[in-house]
Amino acid sequence: MSILADRRTRLLVQGLGRVGQFYTDLMIEYGTQVVAGTRPGKGGTRHHGIPIFDDARAAARSVAFDASVVFVPAAAAAEAILEAAEAGARLIVAITEGVPALDLARVKATLRESFPAVRLIGPNCPGVISPGQCKIGIMPGYIHKPGPVGILSRSGTLTYEGVHQCTALGLGQSTCVGIGGDPVVGMSFVDLLALYAEDPLTKGILMIGEIGGSAEEEAAEYIRARFRKPVVAFIAGKNAPPGKRMGHAGAIISGGRGTAAEKVEALRAAGVTVVDSPAEMGAAMQRVLGSEEEEG
Amino acid sequence: MKIHEYQAKELFRRYAIPVPEGAVAETPSEARAIAAGLGGDLFAVKAQVHAGGRGKGGGVRLAREAEEVGALAGEILSRPLVTPQTGPEGVVVRLVLVERGRPFERQLYLGIVLDRAAERPVLMASAEGGVEIEEIARERPAVILKAHFDARAGLGAQEARALASRLGLAGATGAEAAAIMQALARIFLAEDCSLLEINPLVVTAEGAVVALDAKCDLDDNALFRHPGHLAWRDPAEEDRREAQAADFGFSYVTLDGDIGCMVNGAGLAMATNDIITLAGGAPANFLDVGGAADPERVTAAFRLLLGDRRVRAVLVNIFGGIVRCDVIAQGIIAALRGMTLQVPLVVRLEGTNVETAREMLRGSGLALIEAETFADAAAKAVAAARGGAA
Repeated sequence: MSILADRRTRLLVQGLGRVGQFYTDLMIEYGTQVVAGTRPGKGGTRHHGIPIFDDARAAARSVAFDASVVFVPAAAAAEAILEAAEAGARLIVAITEGVPALDLARVKATLRESFPAVRLIGPNCPGVISPGQCKIGIMPGYIHKPGPVGILSRSGTLTYEGVHQCTALGLGQSTCVGIGGDPVVGMSFVDLLALYAEDPLTKGILMIGEIGGSAEEEAAEYIRARFRKPVVAFIAGKNAPPGKRMGHAGAIISGGRGTAAEKVEALRAAGVTVVDSPAEMGAAMQRVLGSEEEEG
Repeated sequence: MKIHEYQAKELFRRYAIPVPEGAVAETPSEARAIAAGLGGDLFAVKAQVHAGGRGKGGGVRLAREAEEVGALAGEILSRPLVTPQTGPEGVVVRLVLVERGRPFERQLYLGIVLDRAAERPVLMASAEGGVEIEEIARERPAVILKAHFDARAGLGAQEARALASRLGLAGATGAEAAAIMQALARIFLAEDCSLLEINPLVVTAEGAVVALDAKCDLDDNALFRHPGHLAWRDPAEEDRREAQAADFGFSYVTLDGDIGCMVNGAGLAMATNDIITLAGGAPANFLDVGGAADPERVTAAFRLLLGDRRVRAVLVNIFGGIVRCDVIAQGIIAALRGMTLQVPLVVRLEGTNVETAREMLRGSGLALIEAETFADAAAKAVAAARGGAA
């Protein structure tokens, strides 16, 4: 089992331009079923045998898909997400970086009203991977292996670092999700924890947070109240100066809120094992899963 | 992107939010001439810098006559302005805004931000304006009224009127305040702001409502659809190295330590800063060269870091995923062949083809310190910065 995506997932790629093609080839190589692509003006052509359509609506008329990955440029990303929802995608993974924050606020309002069943991941994220089954995104597939750890993160390469540490210790992953580094993103830590709670393969969670916003505090509250699997967390940005954006649009301490210290405190109070060093993510995961087995 | 008060007021005028008459001056004589042109017997002279808390640093002054305006402008323009947000060295003031003073009876606060948790913009209003809103939020949060609104529809007239009445504004004054609230929401949505503030919004003896101050931050990610906003960028307000880095497309933030950091990915870059601190060192910067880390970018990043005189050691921490470690190693070698290294360099690569990459670095003849793990890299960088052997 896994969450969000598995072997049966049929994927549409929105934005099959140069970059989209590069990552699409790697997804296919990993075993993902890519069934169609979109590229404005290129409808009727093919990429490695995959039919290309002008837009998601046209694709939906000829090909069945249940998920979409968005590579289209920032200016058109919000529209592409809504188009995928209208065309029937139930999972939409938006990789695009640099989408205006208010576009996402508008997209989320429309999704809530008109497409409540649609699950949006990102934007500004590496994507979703269920190791050995399906990869939707830009992460290096080979560092992952199937196993019991669910990984969720606001970052890209730091997620790979966490995955790599786990894999090196023999700890595989059920599903890894980069939720995105923007102020407003699709599924939150809490939304995903609820899915991991129901997933029998997932035995423990590695959560990688960072400064800015309150997603980690909300996760802490959820974990304290009703999440029963062990959670290890790392929060990046302990020495970030207030008011400065640390690379991600969402990584900013504003009005004195959103500091790493607040998040660490909330998570520890909820019983989460928070590591101070990003080098300790894998080892801590191994420890909590080990003690879990002894208890069980 | 932050913009100046006078620029934010230009935006306000376009949306019919009343602001005091005035203009900006670069010299005391210009300031005096503006005041003489405005006439009257009360003027405000305001330093135009991005940092907040200007009033506390003496950057906002009142004058009775044009001569005094010139003298105050001279004072403000002649020395760095130190505010709670600038640090002890302060910032150089190059422009002052000279306005007709508006005596008032009440000071209010209005602000709009994107509430990340609610995923909607929120208008905040308080009957106690003119003071630091963060202070009020901390001490008496109930004083701040909030109204969330839909980012597609904007702020409704009824909601705005209700809010004005809760602020104790009735009749024509209440209607004016409500119109200002709606206009502020329109600016926020149409111009892609990340923060808008009027502090204070004042009510005059005649019941007129005027925005005495204006603060506006714009969403960098939305600048592509507002090319006109780029004219408001003020490079003098930016950290020199941060501006240089932005030209390369890097995210760079100056920190106060001595270990230069080059990392791919924002999360990993923050984590690298964290682990250096944990190892007892201090990072000189946050630098995300982007996930791809190709040779040109690596070269540009080295130039940037090595141009920083505070840097006593450099730590390169790159996770090679899709872009393989051997390609990154090639980039590092190519970059370093073209420059002289004055400080120790610690390199930690991890990911695809890392073994080949390490052999390439070893075989390059370059004097660099190899690190295997994340923790090892931090320890070696800290030792190198202290001048000890790793």
